[in-house]
Amino acid sequence: MSHERGIISIKDRQRTAVRIGLPIIQVLLFIGVLVAGVGPLLWLLKSGVSTSQDILSGPMQLWPSGIQWRNIPDAWNRVQIGSYLGNTAIIAIGSMISTLFVCTTGAFVLSVLRPKWGPVVTAAVLATLFLPGVISLVPLYMTILKMPVLGVSLQNTFWAVWLPSAAGAFNVLVMKRYFDSIPRELIEAARIDGASNLRMFTALILPLSKPIVGVVALLTVIGSWKDYLWPLLVLPDPRLQPISVALPRVAKTTEISLQMSALFLAVLIPVVLFLVFQKQFLKGVGMSGGIKE
Amino acid sequence: MFQSTKQSRGGTGSIVTWYRSGGLSAVLFAVPLVLTFLYFSWGPIVRGLVLSFQKNNLVTAPEWVGMANFSYVLTDPQLPQAALNTLYFAALALVFGFPVPLFLAVFVSELRSTGWLYNVLSYLPAVVPPVAAILLWTFFYDPSESGVFNAILGWFGIGPFAWLNSQSLAMPAIVLEATWAGAGATSIIYLAALTGVRTDLYEAAELDGAGIWSRVWHVTLPQIRGIIFIMMLLQLIGTFQVFTEPFLFTGGGPNNATTTILLLIYRYAFINGDFGAATALSVLLAGVLCVLSVVYHFVTRRWSTT
Repeated sequence: MSHERGIISIKDRQRTAVRIGLPIIQVLLFIGVLVAGVGPLLWLLKSGVSTSQDILSGPMQLWPSGIQWRNIPDAWNRVQIGSYLGNTAIIAIGSMISTLFVCTTGAFVLSVLRPKWGPVVTAAVLATLFLPGVISLVPLYMTILKMPVLGVSLQNTFWAVWLPSAAGAFNVLVMKRYFDSIPRELIEAARIDGASNLRMFTALILPLSKPIVGVVALLTVIGSWKDYLWPLLVLPDPRLQPISVALPRVAKTTEISLQMSALFLAVLIPVVLFLVFQKQFLKGVGMSGGIKE
Repeated sequence: MFQSTKQSRGGTGSIVTWYRSGGLSAVLFAVPLVLTFLYFSWGPIVRGLVLSFQKNNLVTAPEWVGMANFSYVLTDPQLPQAALNTLYFAALALVFGFPVPLFLAVFVSELRSTGWLYNVLSYLPAVVPPVAAILLWTFFYDPSESGVFNAILGWFGIGPFAWLNSQSLAMPAIVLEATWAGAGATSIIYLAALTGVRTDLYEAAELDGAGIWSRVWHVTLPQIRGIIFIMMLLQLIGTFQVFTEPFLFTGGGPNNATTTILLLIYRYAFINGDFGAATALSVLLAGVLCVLSVVYHFVTRRWSTT
């Protein structure tokens, strides 16, 4: 923390109750978060290289009948965890690109260009913020089955996941609010210099908005990584399914040891990514609270 | 005639000025937003309202049935149970999931050098894909004596419990997992809010003889009450639409003890093929949640202006 003083003052720290109590709470809490955060992962690591027999009869014992390393390559090849993880990445990155494209261009119109019809669009976007996602679940599914006017079905294409994620009012409004805070003088100056709208967008607004673009990108990726129901509905083809949809289906047909190594692989990659980028990650998530306010 | 030529010239002139001032490119820039919202947001919302008054199973032509879907849904004997279950889930999630991250955040904000370690550790569960976490916890909740939780509790001579197979324990078990998965992220958001707390007030409170707990209660919490209220409302809106956890943990069982509203909607639409009833129930739920969102909007507006 950057500030010098917290709730507990230096004087407090000299009191015996605080001097003894604080470390105790600290240790207990540390054990708490350690058990909650790392415990299940360690258990999964252990079970990922155990025999089915061991996992079922002695889940809390350490390898009574030895370590089985071949579970890991087996899960990768036979359960095809690799390809499901690939699908997950394709879905997450595609959703991120489509979301960023729609919300930056849209916010650019509503905040910077400000055409006469802008407020109408803003109001229509804002209105959807009040309506929870549940209202459009079924009709959205029907839209994907047969796109109105176009008449094509997006089912079993990645577009079915990429495009709907872009229609998020929250992202558009957050982006618009950020663009609103860019000084108008900069925009006027660019216009006097004869910059076209496209140039203003790519050379002025976007570079100034890197922080918010980063946060929206991160939140979109996290959201799409966690999504289950929607890809379950629109991607019935197993070859296209992300890991979240594939795992429960696979779990029904594979033996427990392979299941655990598959789970381990599915957990490993996001955990490693998180540990590597933890600073940016936690900052982005923390900022999302400020945005919601 | 003179008048009309002048007018038409004025008309083309204004189109040219409109074009020169970037009117066309504004339209082009708006196309992605308007198209995606028409197809995937505004369109489905309107369609949902229409659909709730129709009989539609995607096979035969839709048929106008008035309020029949609503009366069917409202008289479904499963609805009261599902509504109660959803409320129960929301209440439990609030009781478990609300104080834990708040306490964690206030405590971590007091730690100068090791705070980041708590953050990383408590955020780890949020990184685990929810579906993987649920499958893992399903295994932890194994009702046999050698199940992970039963084995651990067995060391202390407690249990064994039936967990997900028990009508009374299934819902708390689901909420426990959901809290484990969500507490870290919420705590990080509180922590970010806590950095904005004015620390000179602690000084003043201490001079006035306020103890540590009363400083937390009277100085810290009131200053982040805005974000606390927001997180509570967002959590409520989220928990009212809970689906993945009960769907994967229990499928709504045992004996419908964990059937939530969204699970019911899913069954109507994707198992019974009754899209009209499904949207009717969605519209009803959305109506309730809409009230919450409006409250949320106005309260945050008031806070941001004062």
